[in-house]
Amino acid sequence: MNPPRYAVRVLIGVFSVLATLMLSACWRRGAQKELTVAGSTSIQPFADRWAEVYMTKYPGKVVNVQGGGSSAGIQAARSGAADIGTSSRELKPEERDLTEIVVARDGLAVIVHPSSLVSDLTIAQVQQIFAGKIRNWSELGGRDKLITVVTREEGSGTRGAFQEMVMGKVRIYKGAIVEDSNGTVREIVAGDPDSIGYISLGLVNEAVKALKLDGVIPTDENILEKRYRLVRPFLFVTNGPASGEAKNFIDFVLSEEGQDLIKKEGLIPAQ
Amino acid sequence: MKKHRLERNEKLTRLVLLLIAFSAVSVLAVITIFIFAEGTPIMFRYGVKKFLLGLDWYPTEKSFGLLPMITGSMMVTLGALVLGVPFGLACAIFLTEFSSKRLRQLVKPVIELLAGIPSVVYGFMGVVLLVPFIRETLGGPGLSVLAASIILGIMILPTIISISIDSLLAVPSTYRDGSIAMGATRWQTVRMVLLPAARSGIIASIILGMGRAIGETMAVIMIAGNAIALPNSILAPVRTLTSNIALEMGYASGEHREALFATGVILFIIIMILNTVASISSARRVKRK
Repeated sequence: MNPPRYAVRVLIGVFSVLATLMLSACWRRGAQKELTVAGSTSIQPFADRWAEVYMTKYPGKVVNVQGGGSSAGIQAARSGAADIGTSSRELKPEERDLTEIVVARDGLAVIVHPSSLVSDLTIAQVQQIFAGKIRNWSELGGRDKLITVVTREEGSGTRGAFQEMVMGKVRIYKGAIVEDSNGTVREIVAGDPDSIGYISLGLVNEAVKALKLDGVIPTDENILEKRYRLVRPFLFVTNGPASGEAKNFIDFVLSEEGQDLIKKEGLIPAQ
Repeated sequence: MKKHRLERNEKLTRLVLLLIAFSAVSVLAVITIFIFAEGTPIMFRYGVKKFLLGLDWYPTEKSFGLLPMITGSMMVTLGALVLGVPFGLACAIFLTEFSSKRLRQLVKPVIELLAGIPSVVYGFMGVVLLVPFIRETLGGPGLSVLAASIILGIMILPTIISISIDSLLAVPSTYRDGSIAMGATRWQTVRMVLLPAARSGIIASIILGMGRAIGETMAVIMIAGNAIALPNSILAPVRTLTSNIALEMGYASGEHREALFATGVILFIIIMILNTVASISSARRVKRK
């Protein structure tokens, strides 16, 4: 007696699902060499570049770069979800048990609209603006217009670095506009003649104007000679000293070749 | 013998379908349980009142006041309704009572197509066209309650128009004919006969539109400015509950993450209340028929 036709179909369906599951399990086991680097969205484009060159240089090795944010990256390094976590802010005291390696440095630029009359501020003035104490550009020699303050969202590495280096204990003003990436901050500042924001120096373009801070222009040279103060480290974080594939990749990143790569992309080398 | 097998097949089919049906329901159950399990402990730890009425949102400093976001969601949604309901209703009335059937059959699908535009496109249009316009003509940063209300008002139009059209068409034509026969004008008929008769359907359409407005995230993040202060005018930037979650979830860890789940709990409760009201009002509509 033949079993009903649809039962055959159900069986085939069940088997194909099982087979897919088993295949994907094998696939995972086969891809053990894959290295996962996850974390800061500020570091992501540079990590992508490193991974790209590393993979062409050593065929067969796979480096998988993911975003998620600095805090998520640090957490992933701790939990083992990523072999290397990336962070664009310093580790907090409770995170210090992880191993950190500075792979690059990045300037933080305070940006305004290109048409702004203001092009030089002190760090104290920037702090007052972001604290909401200075509200009008006329107080700083600009047009008689209210300042549109643009900041990053709570938890962002860029915001963390700005908070630490500029604001200290002072809170960023509540009425500030909050955007969730360097790109959107730049977009808003480029569109609004009365706005001010801060982004990674490597991402400044002709649509916005980077301010001189305490009279110092943010350039690679000024950062290397420690004249420009708003500089943050880009960190690779591992749970315990890096070994195996992770170590190979970090060695490549710190090698002259790896450091030259990010220099071309607008970052400052680690040393 | 054959009958026996058919019966067995029937039972098997029933079982399979039951399992599938329950898997859909269980997804809902899992989501609900998960959100509440993740979000409520922190609310009780710091006090529900602090969450609902606190004005300061500094999650990394353990201050979790959601009142600015609750107010933000309310303002933006209300604004969307103030703009969307009159336009939507006018459009529905025109298409059912004052236009030819052919025009309706042409326009209604086009309006329903509006619902298919991804919200990021609405947000993008808002950033590129509406925000600079508001900044230049009315002042302020442009990213504001007003910008979000206008974009959301447009986004809820298809919901309001198509459900209102359906409920206006569901009014028995004897009502219409009777009113006209007694000497009422078209407009008097609409105002005094049709609108009251279709009232619960129209209310349901408004509540569904409201649900869409309160749940919208992407477009609102792009055009509302997301400031954590209580907005003091419609030109001030504002953050809604949904944007609060979406903006910060990427970076959140520990209690910050739990606080975002708590935001989700509050949003969940608000939306549940709206849905309950919607289903009660549409149930009343069925009963009246």
